[in-house]
Amino acid sequence: MLPRVIRVVMIAGLLASCSGRNTAPPGPTPQAPVAPTEPPGGRLRAVAEFGSIADKPARSRALFLEVSRVLTHPRCVNCHPTDDSPRQGDGGALHDPPVIRGANDRGVAGMQCFGCHQDRNAELARIPGAPDWHLAPLAMAWLGKSPAQICVQLVDASTSGGKSLKQVHEHLAHDKLVAWGFTPGADRRPPPGTPADVAALFAAWIETGATCPNPDDEVPR
Amino acid sequence: MKIELTINGAKKTVDADPEMPLLWVIRDLLGLVGTKYGCGEALCGACTVHLDGNATRSCVTPVRRAQGRTITTIEGLSPAGDHPLQKAWVELGVPQCGYCQAGQIMCAASLLAAKPQPNDTEIDQALAGNLCRCGTYLRIRAAVKKASGQ
Repeated sequence: MLPRVIRVVMIAGLLASCSGRNTAPPGPTPQAPVAPTEPPGGRLRAVAEFGSIADKPARSRALFLEVSRVLTHPRCVNCHPTDDSPRQGDGGALHDPPVIRGANDRGVAGMQCFGCHQDRNAELARIPGAPDWHLAPLAMAWLGKSPAQICVQLVDASTSGGKSLKQVHEHLAHDKLVAWGFTPGADRRPPPGTPADVAALFAAWIETGATCPNPDDEVPR
Repeated sequence: MKIELTINGAKKTVDADPEMPLLWVIRDLLGLVGTKYGCGEALCGACTVHLDGNATRSCVTPVRRAQGRTITTIEGLSPAGDHPLQKAWVELGVPQCGYCQAGQIMCAASLLAAKPQPNDTEIDQALAGNLCRCGTYLRIRAAVKKASGQ
């Protein structure tokens, strides 16, 4: 009969081989596949996903409708009002305390945007903040407008605050206020995608002829 | 962290977290208690001071943002207390409890500096964020107009 110690070692080795442990040669540990990180507001469809639309104007319209998911989002339109008062929250409530646009879209003397809104969020007071907090000019009012109405405004610089499409693209891609909207902090709901995503879609829309959606086209969900 | 400030014309150095609200620095570290704490969320205006002459809610302004800029509190608006607004406030007996009045005056001073002859609408718009629980709004507006020589 084998000594007890040898039997224990043999049984342990048998169990290890059955469980698969210690049998693989040493090497790099296999990594689990990493799922792509989704932006906090959900994803925007990528430009490539519109490639199956053969008709160029139709593709252009579809691209703009995807962009409009951002342009009509409360984080954007709250500061693109059609009157002199910013909105706040997802319900578009009037800004509290009551404030007025002022001559340069940054409030009035005694009540300017930067008097409360800092260069970044004030977390404890729940006041949103980003550099040069201000309203979009009245010429770029989008609140309550359909994708088609916003599009018609954008393609005409005279109804778009004097901005060319290239400048609007720049605004979407690099403006710090726009970037804030995608990471608004607190319990504020961000729009889908990222600034880079929406800028890529906007660029593709321009490249495909900047065709506007039909008047009855709705924002895709 | 040592932070250098210019407040009411004097250089001061405070040891504070750069994110500490300016109001805390003004009241607790510098002892200037004329500026009041109201809501802590920039909703009432009681904490209004001037940064480079502009009305600013000190309860939500981190002290780091005041570095290199000129801070003016109610104590520094006029060392002798004879700013036209202060004189008008006394003449018309504006305050009731008085708690909000420093913020009201600082906001009004910022308005008059930019617009020396404001009309009623402009006064209301500028002071819309300064609450007065005693309801002295009509006297406040009258005093601003009086101070502006209207």
